[in-house]
Amino acid sequence: MAAKGTVVIDRNRCKGCELCVYHCPQHVLKLDETYNTRGYRPVILDERSGQCTGCAVCAVVCPDVVFTVYRFPQPVRTPAVRAVAN
Amino acid sequence: MAIAELTPPQIASRPEVALAAMQVVYKRPEALTEAYTHYCPGCSHGVIHRLIAEVIDELGIRERTIAVAPVGCAVLAYEYFTVDAAEAAHGRAPAMATGIKRVLPDRIVFTYQGDGDLASIGTNEIVHACARGELLTVIFVNNSLYGMTGGQMAPTTLPGQVTTSSPYGRDIRQQGWPLHITEMLAMMPGVAYAARRSTHAPAEIRKAKKAIELAFRAQIEGLGLGIVEILSSCPTNWGLSPMEALAFVRDKMVPVYPLGDFKVHQALAARA
Ligand code: SF4
Ligand code: SF4
Ligand code: SF4
Repeated sequence: MAAKGTVVIDRNRCKGCELCVYHCPQHVLKLDETYNTRGYRPVILDERSGQCTGCAVCAVVCPDVVFTVYRFPQPVRTPAVRAVAN
Repeated sequence: MAIAELTPPQIASRPEVALAAMQVVYKRPEALTEAYTHYCPGCSHGVIHRLIAEVIDELGIRERTIAVAPVGCAVLAYEYFTVDAAEAAHGRAPAMATGIKRVLPDRIVFTYQGDGDLASIGTNEIVHACARGELLTVIFVNNSLYGMTGGQMAPTTLPGQVTTSSPYGRDIRQQGWPLHITEMLAMMPGVAYAARRSTHAPAEIRKAKKAIELAFRAQIEGLGLGIVEILSSCPTNWGLSPMEALAFVRDKMVPVYPLGDFKVHQALAARA
Protein backbone atom coordinates (compact mmCIF):
# COMPACT_ATOMS: atom_id res chain seq x y z
CA MET A 1 0.00 0.00 0.00
CA ALA A 2 1.14 3.52 -0.70
CA ALA A 3 0.50 6.54 1.49
CA LYS A 4 -0.82 9.78 -0.04
CA GLY A 5 0.23 11.90 2.90
CA THR A 6 1.64 12.05 6.39
CA VAL A 7 1.42 13.99 9.61
CA VAL A 8 4.13 15.46 11.80
CA ILE A 9 3.17 15.27 15.47
CA ASP A 10 4.25 17.92 18.00
CA ARG A 11 4.61 15.31 20.71
CA ASN A 12 4.79 17.54 23.77
CA ARG A 13 1.77 19.60 22.72
CA CYS A 14 -0.54 16.57 22.70
CA LYS A 15 -2.85 15.99 25.69
CA GLY A 16 -3.85 12.45 24.71
CA CYS A 17 -7.55 13.32 24.41
CA GLU A 18 -7.95 10.78 21.55
CA LEU A 19 -10.34 12.94 19.49
CA CYS A 20 -8.04 12.48 16.49
CA VAL A 21 -7.76 8.74 17.13
CA TYR A 22 -11.56 8.34 16.86
CA HIS A 23 -11.97 10.71 13.92
CA CYS A 24 -9.13 9.58 11.62
CA PRO A 25 -10.93 7.90 8.70
CA GLN A 26 -7.88 5.69 8.05
CA HIS A 27 -7.46 4.56 11.69
CA VAL A 28 -3.74 5.22 11.63
CA LEU A 29 -3.44 7.17 14.89
CA LYS A 30 -3.08 5.68 18.37
CA LEU A 31 -1.73 6.67 21.76
CA ASP A 32 1.90 5.94 22.53
CA GLU A 33 2.80 3.64 25.42
CA THR A 34 5.21 6.23 26.82
CA TYR A 35 4.56 9.70 28.22
CA ASN A 36 5.49 13.11 26.89
CA THR A 37 7.22 15.81 28.98
CA ARG A 38 3.89 17.07 30.30
CA GLY A 39 2.72 13.66 31.49
CA TYR A 40 0.30 12.78 28.71
CA ARG A 41 0.44 9.75 26.43
CA PRO A 42 0.75 11.47 23.06
CA VAL A 43 -0.65 10.29 19.79
CA ILE A 44 1.57 8.49 17.25
CA LEU A 45 1.17 7.52 13.61
CA ASP A 46 0.89 3.74 13.23
CA GLU A 47 0.31 2.75 9.62
CA ARG A 48 0.11 -1.02 10.05
CA SER A 49 -3.69 -0.91 9.67
CA GLY A 50 -3.97 1.64 6.85
CA GLN A 51 -2.29 4.59 5.22
CA CYS A 52 -2.49 8.30 5.91
CA THR A 53 -4.13 10.24 3.08
CA GLY A 54 -3.25 13.73 4.31
CA CYS A 55 -6.97 14.50 4.70
CA ALA A 56 -6.29 16.73 7.76
CA VAL A 57 -9.37 15.59 9.69
CA CYS A 58 -7.07 15.02 12.68
CA ALA A 59 -5.91 18.65 12.47
CA VAL A 60 -9.52 19.88 12.30
CA VAL A 61 -10.62 18.08 15.48
CA CYS A 62 -7.43 18.54 17.52
CA PRO A 63 -7.85 21.20 20.24
CA ASP A 64 -4.10 21.56 20.68
CA VAL A 65 -2.81 22.11 17.14
CA VAL A 66 -0.55 19.07 17.36
CA PHE A 67 -0.51 18.18 13.65
CA THR A 68 1.22 19.51 10.59
CA VAL A 69 -0.28 17.66 7.63
CA TYR A 70 1.44 16.95 4.33
CA ARG A 71 0.35 15.45 1.07
CA PHE A 72 2.75 13.76 -1.33
CA PRO A 73 2.61 14.67 -5.02
CA GLN A 74 2.51 10.94 -5.75
CA PRO A 75 1.73 8.10 -3.37
CA VAL A 76 4.86 7.09 -1.48
CA ARG A 77 5.71 3.49 -0.66
CA THR A 78 8.61 3.92 1.63
CA PRO A 79 8.49 4.62 5.35
CA ALA A 80 11.82 6.45 5.06
CA VAL A 81 10.02 9.57 3.83
CA ARG A 82 7.95 9.46 6.97
CA ALA A 83 11.14 9.19 8.98
CA VAL A 84 12.46 12.33 7.28
CA ALA A 85 9.22 14.20 7.91
CA ASN A 86 9.03 13.26 11.56
CA MET B 1 13.50 13.17 -9.67
CA ALA B 2 10.02 12.24 -8.42
CA ILE B 3 9.96 11.24 -4.81
CA ALA B 4 8.23 7.93 -5.51
CA GLU B 5 11.18 6.84 -7.62
CA LEU B 6 13.74 7.34 -4.87
CA THR B 7 14.91 4.37 -2.87
CA PRO B 8 14.91 4.65 0.93
CA PRO B 9 18.69 5.18 1.18
CA GLN B 10 18.49 7.92 -1.47
CA ILE B 11 15.74 9.67 0.47
CA ALA B 12 17.60 9.31 3.73
CA SER B 13 20.63 10.97 2.16
CA ARG B 14 18.58 13.75 0.53
CA PRO B 15 15.90 14.85 3.05
CA GLU B 16 15.53 18.20 1.27
CA VAL B 17 14.16 16.40 -1.80
CA ALA B 18 11.63 14.53 0.29
CA LEU B 19 10.48 17.62 2.21
CA ALA B 20 10.38 19.90 -0.83
CA ALA B 21 8.16 17.42 -2.66
CA MET B 22 5.60 17.43 0.15
CA GLN B 23 2.69 19.80 -0.02
CA VAL B 24 1.66 21.35 3.31
CA VAL B 25 -2.05 20.75 3.82
CA TYR B 26 -2.26 22.07 7.35
CA LYS B 27 0.14 23.98 9.58
CA ARG B 28 -0.10 25.98 12.79
CA PRO B 29 -1.61 29.44 12.13
CA GLU B 30 0.63 32.47 12.65
CA ALA B 31 -1.99 34.12 14.83
CA LEU B 32 -1.42 31.50 17.57
CA THR B 33 1.52 31.79 19.95
CA GLU B 34 3.70 28.78 20.69
CA ALA B 35 2.30 28.59 24.25
CA TYR B 36 0.82 25.35 25.53
CA THR B 37 -2.80 26.03 26.46
CA HIS B 38 -4.04 25.37 30.00
CA TYR B 39 -7.32 23.85 28.76
CA CYS B 40 -8.33 20.34 29.82
CA PRO B 41 -7.65 17.52 27.33
CA GLY B 42 -10.33 17.47 24.62
CA CYS B 43 -11.86 20.85 25.56
CA SER B 44 -13.32 22.67 22.55
CA HIS B 45 -11.81 26.00 23.59
CA GLY B 46 -8.59 24.98 21.81
CA VAL B 47 -10.47 24.24 18.58
CA ILE B 48 -12.25 27.60 18.70
CA HIS B 49 -8.97 29.45 19.38
CA ARG B 50 -7.45 27.75 16.35
CA LEU B 51 -10.39 28.68 14.10
CA ILE B 52 -10.16 32.33 15.13
CA ALA B 53 -6.41 32.29 14.44
CA GLU B 54 -6.93 30.72 11.00
CA VAL B 55 -9.53 33.37 10.12
CA ILE B 56 -7.23 36.19 11.32
CA ASP B 57 -4.43 34.77 9.14
CA GLU B 58 -6.65 34.33 6.09
CA LEU B 59 -8.11 37.84 6.37
CA GLY B 60 -4.59 39.25 6.80
CA ILE B 61 -5.56 41.29 9.87
CA ARG B 62 -3.16 39.94 12.51
CA GLU B 63 -1.14 43.14 12.85
CA ARG B 64 -4.22 45.28 13.50
CA THR B 65 -6.35 42.93 15.58
CA ILE B 66 -6.96 43.42 19.31
CA ALA B 67 -8.47 40.66 21.46
CA VAL B 68 -10.45 41.21 24.65
CA ALA B 69 -10.24 38.19 26.96
CA PRO B 70 -12.99 37.26 29.44
CA VAL B 71 -13.22 35.84 32.92
CA GLY B 72 -13.80 32.11 32.89
CA CYS B 73 -11.82 29.18 31.52
CA ALA B 74 -10.58 31.41 28.67
CA VAL B 75 -9.21 34.04 31.06
CA LEU B 76 -5.69 33.41 29.72
CA ALA B 77 -6.75 33.73 26.06
CA TYR B 78 -4.43 36.73 25.71
CA GLU B 79 -1.47 34.32 26.08
CA TYR B 80 -2.50 32.35 23.02
CA PHE B 81 -2.91 34.84 20.16
CA THR B 82 -0.10 36.80 18.52
CA VAL B 83 -2.20 39.96 18.65
CA ASP B 84 -2.51 42.74 21.22
CA ALA B 85 -4.99 41.93 23.95
CA ALA B 86 -6.74 43.33 26.98
CA GLU B 87 -8.32 41.49 29.89
CA ALA B 88 -11.81 42.61 30.87
CA ALA B 89 -13.65 42.30 34.18
CA HIS B 90 -16.23 39.53 34.25
CA GLY B 91 -18.81 40.09 31.51
CA ARG B 92 -17.42 43.52 30.59
CA ALA B 93 -15.54 42.56 27.43
CA PRO B 94 -18.05 44.31 25.11
CA ALA B 95 -17.70 47.56 27.09
CA MET B 96 -13.91 47.40 27.01
CA ALA B 97 -13.95 46.46 23.31
CA THR B 98 -16.26 49.43 22.63
CA GLY B 99 -13.71 51.78 24.18
CA ILE B 100 -10.81 50.27 22.24
CA LYS B 101 -12.67 50.32 18.92
CA ARG B 102 -13.86 53.91 19.35
CA VAL B 103 -10.37 55.16 20.18
CA LEU B 104 -8.69 53.04 17.49
CA PRO B 105 -11.34 52.65 14.78
CA ASP B 106 -8.88 51.19 12.25
CA ARG B 107 -8.26 48.13 14.48
CA ILE B 108 -10.21 44.90 14.37
CA VAL B 109 -11.48 44.17 17.88
CA PHE B 110 -12.93 40.89 19.02
CA THR B 111 -14.14 39.58 22.36
CA TYR B 112 -13.91 35.95 23.39
CA GLN B 113 -16.49 35.15 26.05
CA GLY B 114 -18.03 32.12 27.70
CA ASP B 115 -21.67 31.69 28.66
CA GLY B 116 -21.10 32.49 32.34
CA ASP B 117 -19.43 35.69 31.18
CA LEU B 118 -21.61 36.85 28.27
CA ALA B 119 -25.00 35.33 29.10
CA SER B 120 -25.07 35.88 32.85
CA ILE B 121 -23.09 38.64 34.55
CA GLY B 122 -22.41 40.32 31.19
CA THR B 123 -25.88 40.16 29.60
CA ASN B 124 -26.35 43.89 30.07
CA GLU B 125 -23.03 44.67 28.39
CA ILE B 126 -23.61 42.60 25.27
CA VAL B 127 -27.23 43.77 24.87
CA HIS B 128 -26.19 47.43 24.95
CA ALA B 129 -23.16 46.90 22.69
CA CYS B 130 -25.61 45.41 20.17
CA ALA B 131 -28.14 48.20 20.76
CA ARG B 132 -25.42 50.74 20.01
CA GLY B 133 -24.40 48.77 16.93
CA GLU B 134 -20.73 48.72 17.92
CA LEU B 135 -18.38 47.48 15.22
CA LEU B 136 -17.15 44.46 17.15
CA THR B 137 -16.78 40.73 16.65
CA VAL B 138 -18.02 38.56 19.50
CA ILE B 139 -17.08 34.89 19.86
CA PHE B 140 -19.50 33.43 22.39
CA VAL B 141 -18.54 29.98 23.69
CA ASN B 142 -21.51 28.14 25.19
CA ASN B 143 -20.68 25.02 27.19
CA SER B 144 -23.82 25.08 29.35
CA LEU B 145 -22.20 25.83 32.70
CA TYR B 146 -19.52 27.71 34.64
CA GLY B 147 -16.39 25.78 33.72
CA MET B 148 -13.59 27.48 35.61
CA THR B 149 -15.28 27.59 39.01
CA GLY B 150 -16.23 23.92 39.03
CA GLY B 151 -19.27 23.34 36.84
CA GLN B 152 -22.08 25.36 38.43
CA MET B 153 -25.43 25.95 36.71
CA ALA B 154 -25.47 28.90 34.29
CA PRO B 155 -28.40 30.61 32.51
CA THR B 156 -27.49 28.38 29.54
CA THR B 157 -27.74 25.07 31.48
CA LEU B 158 -30.11 22.61 29.81
CA PRO B 159 -33.44 21.65 31.43
CA GLY B 160 -32.77 18.70 33.70
CA GLN B 161 -28.98 19.02 33.42
CA VAL B 162 -27.11 18.03 36.56
CA THR B 163 -24.42 20.50 37.62
CA THR B 164 -22.65 21.02 40.95
CA SER B 165 -25.27 23.61 41.92
CA SER B 166 -28.26 21.75 40.43
CA PRO B 167 -27.59 18.24 41.77
CA TYR B 168 -31.14 17.07 40.92
CA GLY B 169 -31.04 18.63 37.46
CA ARG B 170 -32.12 22.11 36.38
CA ASP B 171 -35.81 22.44 37.30
CA ILE B 172 -37.43 24.92 34.91
CA ARG B 173 -40.18 25.69 37.47
CA GLN B 174 -37.51 26.92 39.86
CA GLN B 175 -34.71 28.15 37.62
CA GLY B 176 -36.44 28.94 34.34
CA TRP B 177 -35.48 28.05 30.80
CA PRO B 178 -32.08 28.31 29.10
CA LEU B 179 -31.31 31.71 27.62
CA HIS B 180 -31.19 31.84 23.82
CA ILE B 181 -29.16 34.97 23.72
CA THR B 182 -28.00 34.86 20.10
CA GLU B 183 -31.58 34.67 18.78
CA MET B 184 -32.46 37.64 21.01
CA LEU B 185 -29.52 39.73 19.84
CA ALA B 186 -30.26 38.91 16.18
CA MET B 187 -33.44 41.01 16.45
CA MET B 188 -31.46 44.18 17.15
CA PRO B 189 -30.78 46.56 14.25
CA GLY B 190 -27.13 47.08 15.31
CA VAL B 191 -26.33 43.41 14.73
CA ALA B 192 -25.15 42.56 11.21
CA TYR B 193 -24.45 38.87 11.72
CA ALA B 194 -25.70 36.40 14.35
CA ALA B 195 -25.27 32.65 14.10
CA ARG B 196 -24.91 29.52 16.19
CA ARG B 197 -22.45 26.77 15.32
CA SER B 198 -21.02 23.70 17.06
CA THR B 199 -17.74 21.82 17.51
CA HIS B 200 -19.10 18.27 17.72
CA ALA B 201 -17.87 16.99 14.32
CA PRO B 202 -15.29 17.93 11.66
CA ALA B 203 -17.97 19.29 9.28
CA GLU B 204 -19.47 21.42 12.06
CA ILE B 205 -16.03 22.77 12.96
CA ARG B 206 -15.54 23.85 9.34
CA LYS B 207 -18.93 25.60 9.37
CA ALA B 208 -17.99 27.34 12.62
CA LYS B 209 -14.88 28.73 10.94
CA LYS B 210 -16.97 30.17 8.11
CA ALA B 211 -19.28 31.85 10.63
CA ILE B 212 -16.31 33.33 12.50
CA GLU B 213 -15.06 34.73 9.20
CA LEU B 214 -18.43 36.40 8.54
CA ALA B 215 -18.53 37.81 12.07
CA PHE B 216 -15.14 39.45 11.37
CA ARG B 217 -16.27 40.64 7.94
CA ALA B 218 -19.32 42.34 9.49
CA GLN B 219 -16.89 44.49 11.45
CA ILE B 220 -14.30 44.99 8.70
CA GLU B 221 -16.98 46.13 6.24
CA GLY B 222 -18.54 48.46 8.82
CA LEU B 223 -21.91 46.69 8.79
CA GLY B 224 -22.43 46.23 12.51
CA LEU B 225 -21.72 43.81 15.32
CA GLY B 226 -21.02 40.19 14.39
CA ILE B 227 -21.64 37.42 16.92
CA VAL B 228 -21.09 33.67 16.66
CA GLU B 229 -22.27 31.43 19.46
CA ILE B 230 -20.34 28.16 19.40
CA LEU B 231 -21.57 25.09 21.29
CA SER B 232 -18.50 23.75 23.04
CA SER B 233 -17.65 20.71 25.14
CA CYS B 234 -16.58 20.67 28.77
CA PRO B 235 -15.52 17.06 29.37
CA THR B 236 -14.21 17.83 32.85
CA ASN B 237 -17.36 19.30 34.37
CA TRP B 238 -19.70 17.00 32.48
CA GLY B 239 -17.76 14.00 33.79
CA LEU B 240 -17.44 12.60 30.28
CA SER B 241 -14.57 11.51 28.05
CA PRO B 242 -13.73 13.98 25.26
CA MET B 243 -15.56 11.81 22.68
CA GLU B 244 -18.61 11.36 24.97
CA ALA B 245 -18.61 15.11 25.52
CA LEU B 246 -18.88 15.77 21.78
CA ALA B 247 -21.80 13.31 21.66
CA PHE B 248 -23.41 15.29 24.51
CA VAL B 249 -23.11 18.47 22.44
CA ARG B 250 -24.67 16.74 19.43
CA ASP B 251 -27.46 14.86 21.24
CA LYS B 252 -28.32 17.12 24.17
CA MET B 253 -27.23 20.67 23.35
CA VAL B 254 -28.05 20.98 19.65
CA PRO B 255 -31.77 20.07 20.15
CA VAL B 256 -32.07 22.89 22.72
CA TYR B 257 -29.80 25.31 20.86
CA PRO B 258 -30.56 24.90 17.15
CA LEU B 259 -27.68 25.64 14.79
CA GLY B 260 -27.99 28.15 12.00
CA ASP B 261 -27.86 31.79 10.94
CA PHE B 262 -30.27 34.08 12.76
CA LYS B 263 -29.26 37.20 10.89
CA VAL B 264 -27.06 37.76 7.87
CA HIS B 265 -26.66 41.35 6.65
CA GLN B 266 -27.47 41.49 2.95
CA ALA B 267 -23.93 42.65 2.18
CA LEU B 268 -22.67 39.37 3.69
CA ALA B 269 -25.34 37.12 2.24
CA ALA B 270 -23.40 36.38 -0.94
CA ARG B 271 -20.55 34.98 1.15
CA ALA B 272 -22.63 32.95 3.63
S1 SF4 C 1 -4.34 13.27 7.77
FE1 SF4 C 1 -6.25 12.05 7.72
S2 SF4 C 1 -5.52 9.95 7.38
FE2 SF4 C 1 -3.71 11.12 8.02
S3 SF4 C 1 -3.61 10.82 10.26
FE3 SF4 C 1 -4.80 12.72 9.90
S4 SF4 C 1 -6.95 12.06 9.87
FE4 SF4 C 1 -5.67 10.20 9.61
S1 SF4 D 1 -6.68 15.44 19.20
FE1 SF4 D 1 -4.72 16.51 19.49
S2 SF4 D 1 -4.41 16.62 21.71
FE2 SF4 D 1 -6.01 15.07 21.32
S3 SF4 D 1 -4.89 13.12 21.22
FE3 SF4 D 1 -5.06 13.88 19.12
S4 SF4 D 1 -3.17 15.05 18.81
FE4 SF4 D 1 -3.36 14.75 21.01
S1 SF4 E 1 -13.23 23.13 32.78
FE1 SF4 E 1 -14.36 22.62 30.89
S2 SF4 E 1 -14.37 24.51 29.64
FE2 SF4 E 1 -12.80 24.73 31.24
S3 SF4 E 1 -10.87 24.09 30.26
FE3 SF4 E 1 -11.72 22.28 31.32
S4 SF4 E 1 -12.99 21.23 29.78
FE4 SF4 E 1 -12.58 23.30 29.01
